[in-house]
Amino acid sequence: MSATEPEARQGAEPRTMQAGAKIVVRDVRKTFPTKKEDVNVLDGVDLTVREGEFLAIVGPSGCGKSTLLNCMAGFERITSGSIRIDSEEIERPSPKRVFVFQETGIFPWYSVWDNIGFGLGKMPFDKKHEIVMRYIALVGLEGFEKAFPAELSGGMKQRVEFARALAVEPDVLFLDEPFGALDAFTRLEMRREIVRIWKETGKTCILVTHDVEEAVELADRVAVMTRRPARIHSVLDNPLERPRDSDQPVFRELKDQIFEILGVERRV
Amino acid sequence: MSPRALLLGTVGFAIFILSWHLATLGNQIGDLPGPAMTVRGLVQIAGEGVLWENVVASVFRVAWGFCLAAGIGIPLGMAFGWYPRLRETFNPLVQSLRPISPIAWLPFAVILFGGIRMSSDLAAIFLLFLSAFFPIVTASTSAVASLDLKYIRSARNFGVDGLAFFRRVVLPASLPQILTGLRLALGIAWVVVVAAEMLGVESGLGYQVMDSRNALRMDFVSAAMVVIAAIGLMLDMAMARVEATALARRGMSRR
Repeated sequence: MSATEPEARQGAEPRTMQAGAKIVVRDVRKTFPTKKEDVNVLDGVDLTVREGEFLAIVGPSGCGKSTLLNCMAGFERITSGSIRIDSEEIERPSPKRVFVFQETGIFPWYSVWDNIGFGLGKMPFDKKHEIVMRYIALVGLEGFEKAFPAELSGGMKQRVEFARALAVEPDVLFLDEPFGALDAFTRLEMRREIVRIWKETGKTCILVTHDVEEAVELADRVAVMTRRPARIHSVLDNPLERPRDSDQPVFRELKDQIFEILGVERRV
Repeated sequence: MSPRALLLGTVGFAIFILSWHLATLGNQIGDLPGPAMTVRGLVQIAGEGVLWENVVASVFRVAWGFCLAAGIGIPLGMAFGWYPRLRETFNPLVQSLRPISPIAWLPFAVILFGGIRMSSDLAAIFLLFLSAFFPIVTASTSAVASLDLKYIRSARNFGVDGLAFFRRVVLPASLPQILTGLRLALGIAWVVVVAAEMLGVESGLGYQVMDSRNALRMDFVSAAMVVIAAIGLMLDMAMARVEATALARRGMSRR
């Protein structure tokens, strides 16, 4: 990583600079006990996520990025260290920060309407309907509210999943390789969608992916993880304006930088 | 059913009936009856009214045994599925009792429910309960134990827990497997009821088979077997229908 460039780039990003720290991860360690010995997955992870930013975490597969995300969401307990969100230690999952699953985690036994209304709890029907329809419109699924997941394409299911997450008005969205199960064209379309939704709603988004191009395309900053036991190697600023073009020199430089850190030979 | 499947199915029946006919040519009543004899026998017992009483008796016992097994087996199995400690404690026991044919319980069933003879329906219902109970418990246990982690996490993420979690996530997620278990259990119960009724009761289709044999009316035996097959088939089709209706909206019926 070049020493001068990131600083210059940070100056060009006033929005994220002004925003405060939303999630602070400090010296997080996570070990999984197995029959033979404890497996050290996270080995002192430090990371600060700023309010309203789009942060991507990339790393080699099996390095523990999903584990880190699960810990941040409160699904798994950390072995030591601390994860604070708005200065409060995370102990359990909360509708304030919603997890969007790798493959669609929407419920096949519920219609689109019922899926999106799942987290809304008890409220008068009219109010619930108003909220659900608003998010159906946001993700562009008008007319499909009565459809069941089995009747939808992969991309549409992913939209339902986003709408279900957004309907409870969380501050933070955790995205665990959300486009992994989609075909290449739908993936491209959904990346555009998530950027649009992120801009419209201003949520803090944390994306875990092994796709470096996806990370550079979407994120304000890219955190690069090392192999297991994992730490954050470095966090790179992405100065590019949106919409981004993967042919831009800066885009390619950034990708090269990340591949270099990961120690991956990019050319086939 | 497609026209081809219908045609081929009919051909299968035709081959069987023709072979059956040729193999039993010239047989008298008391020998192995042929298809024509079976049909005549069927018309005769259907006209006597006793057949319908026996049908009702068998269906009644199966219905009770099956419903009791579902009523106890589904909640118990789901509890085993959810609580690993409970499963580890009782599942080996359940799996050890499962291979015992329900018919082997007959002597105890008679002592427990029937007095000296198995005259009461209770003993038969107990056997049918046992036959349906194990497949239902096993299916319900595995349905809940294999619940997708992402459904559990989604629900927790949205703050849905307790009874709402059970009703909105656990139950619908495990429904397909439980329904398959129920269908299997009903099929087994129908097989067992005939066997159970051969031993000591004085009504039901199993009794009809034994009674006809004692009267040396083999044509009535084969006629009763045809009725047993027809009702078994109808029960299975009804369960398949319930399954398809319950799961239709998930797009699973199209499989």
